[in-house]
Amino acid sequence: MHRIVKKELLVPNTIYLRAEAPEIARKARPGQFVILRVDEVGERFPLSLAGWDENTGTLEILFLIMGRSTTKLASLNEGDCIMDIVGPLGEPTQIDKYGNVLCACSTFGLGPVLPLAQALRGKGNRVISVMEARDEGFLFWEDRLRAVSDETYIAVGDGSRGKHKRASEFITEHLNSGHKVDRVFAYGRVFMMMECSRATEPFGVKTIVGLTPVMVDGTGMCGCCRVSVGGETQFTCVDGPEFDGHLVDWELLVKRKRAYLREEAQAFDLWQPDTLRRVAELTGLPERKPVV
Amino acid sequence: MADKTKLDLDRVPIPKQSPEERARNFSEVALGYSEEQALQEANRCIDCKKPGCRDGCPVNVDIPEFIRAMKEGDMPGAVRILKNKNSLPGICGRVCPQETQCELTCNLAKKGGEIAIGRLERYVADWERAHPEAVERVDGGVRCNGRRIAVVGSGPAGLTCAADLAKLGYRVTMFEALHVAGGVLMYGIPEFRLPKAIVQGEVDYVKSLGVEIRLNHVIGKTATVDELLEQGFEAVFLAPGAGAPMFLNIPGENLSCVYSANEFLTRTNLMKAYLFPEYDTPIQVGKRVAVFGAGNVAMDASRCALRLGAEEVYIIYRRSLTEMPARLEERENAEEEGIIFKLLTNPVRIVGDEQGRVRAVELYETELGEPDESGRRRPIRKPGSEFTIEIDTAIPALGTRPNPIIPSTTGGLELTRWGTVVTDEATGRTSKERVWCGGDMATGAATVISAMGAGRRAAIDIHACLRGSG
Repeated sequence: MHRIVKKELLVPNTIYLRAEAPEIARKARPGQFVILRVDEVGERFPLSLAGWDENTGTLEILFLIMGRSTTKLASLNEGDCIMDIVGPLGEPTQIDKYGNVLCACSTFGLGPVLPLAQALRGKGNRVISVMEARDEGFLFWEDRLRAVSDETYIAVGDGSRGKHKRASEFITEHLNSGHKVDRVFAYGRVFMMMECSRATEPFGVKTIVGLTPVMVDGTGMCGCCRVSVGGETQFTCVDGPEFDGHLVDWELLVKRKRAYLREEAQAFDLWQPDTLRRVAELTGLPERKPVV
Repeated sequence: MADKTKLDLDRVPIPKQSPEERARNFSEVALGYSEEQALQEANRCIDCKKPGCRDGCPVNVDIPEFIRAMKEGDMPGAVRILKNKNSLPGICGRVCPQETQCELTCNLAKKGGEIAIGRLERYVADWERAHPEAVERVDGGVRCNGRRIAVVGSGPAGLTCAADLAKLGYRVTMFEALHVAGGVLMYGIPEFRLPKAIVQGEVDYVKSLGVEIRLNHVIGKTATVDELLEQGFEAVFLAPGAGAPMFLNIPGENLSCVYSANEFLTRTNLMKAYLFPEYDTPIQVGKRVAVFGAGNVAMDASRCALRLGAEEVYIIYRRSLTEMPARLEERENAEEEGIIFKLLTNPVRIVGDEQGRVRAVELYETELGEPDESGRRRPIRKPGSEFTIEIDTAIPALGTRPNPIIPSTTGGLELTRWGTVVTDEATGRTSKERVWCGGDMATGAATVISAMGAGRRAAIDIHACLRGSG
């Protein structure tokens, strides 16, 4: 059991949690993720690590409230416990001295980018960061991103923060205007990572994206998280989670992510105090006793 | 001893749920012997002078002795004899391939009337579960010697090794990557073949011996093997299982609703997707399901699909019945339940719809040529035999490759070219000092009982090595 020591609603759909997991905190590196299971009936799902502190033995995660599992997680308060957290999983980011590194993020992607940018800077890289948000109201932690970056840019969908509405637009212009960029990292929504990869491709700038497809065990055992990279099937949990964005089959990734949309909706609708009664009504089966 | 002229060669059949009934529920298929049936079967044993059964058992259970105790009405004695060699009889009685082990070497087998040793073993284990107070603990009174041993993985190899070492007085910590202990017994083998309450009972027994189980610990990630050694574990037994599933290497294998058998079974058994939406993990089955491969895992996956509501479930196998690796009993169970066997058939491509979901599979027929390196006859494509069947779900059940996490994070561990750990079969020793290995990680995919045998041999060797030191 992992006690939540801090919780914050950052913007209306994004939550920050700090939870106890001393063994994972001791081993975590940038780019890695954990698998969580909120309660006894919960599913296993991956979240990127947004931070860790060996001294307090805690982990930080940022997540978007999407379906039943993230809603369940969001409904926990400080002092409550997450049933299972396992990790740190996946291969850590390769932190080398690349030169000029551009870190792009949207929403929850800011989580993994913070420790990543810090580590890249620690290795002597110059870090330019760009954060994308739907509108001004969905921006958060701009100060924290600035603190780990040499230059920080903001792209807001309603145009309220200057001319760039998307991170990819900024990247295109930045590269077009002759700035030298040696490597790009993109973390966040799939669509945003895809756009960033497409923006850098004509310039031949290697672009690393951090993927979190649907997973079950997260240790290479089931193959649920397979993605196609350069025509080869890869398991995100053990071969990734970072891949070359120019080689990822984005269409396949999106389709596989959407595979359970119907079940997500069904699960979400049924996640109510009277769930069990409604299940009984829907299925015509005898009402089950609560499983928790 | 029984008079040879009165040999009874009629095995007492085990009662089962009817195929129509069981194909729609997850309850256990075989219901187990009644007391009367168990005694009747036990009484068929002629208690021969040179029993073959014991040698056929990978852990050398004293089979004639436990059957004799049954005949004498000494059930606690039967339990003791059985558990002396086998910590997990409730599991082995259900999933061991007895027909190729103890029952094959039973002296009555030559006459076609081998004793149903597996069923008797199951009966004794179930009797103990129902009468927990009746059996004096065989392991009582062992003093903990304080020496720490790490067991990686809590499947059959890990559970056996941990139990044996705990009985010898070691302080054993077992590390499990998933959120429940039991490994393949929990995530892989379905409820209807091996009820999870029985596995939990065996895990609880191992815990009661003083073994500490640390769940959600991925060795190689949460801590490495070298860190375990540095932390004061004097020996490490690696039994993490096989791990990575193989796919077909044909177009369309990454469409939605193509599940590896591992994923399909994990969602169903471990995550209880059959209880969705009360449990959060979904599974998509649809009306028509194709399972590729014909081993025990393929049988399990196909029978799960049926129970999850599929109307037509195909086993697609490129060879014939003769080469089929599944146990006969499981094949017959599957056939009775209505699984459709498409033999001498191989897939070319899985076809998807616009949403990227499985819609159909293109197949061709094969004929068998000369034996290949595996000794089985090689399937050859029959020209012009291509055809298509519409399906909603595809499940490759083609076996597994070793999981890369431990090999890639452990220095000095020699591997075979297949990625398994080079292991001395008799002792479980690896190329790395103080590290032993057993189960699928050492042998590639094999049986529960062979993994248990490896766990036992490693425990004996670890004890022999440590006794001589410190």
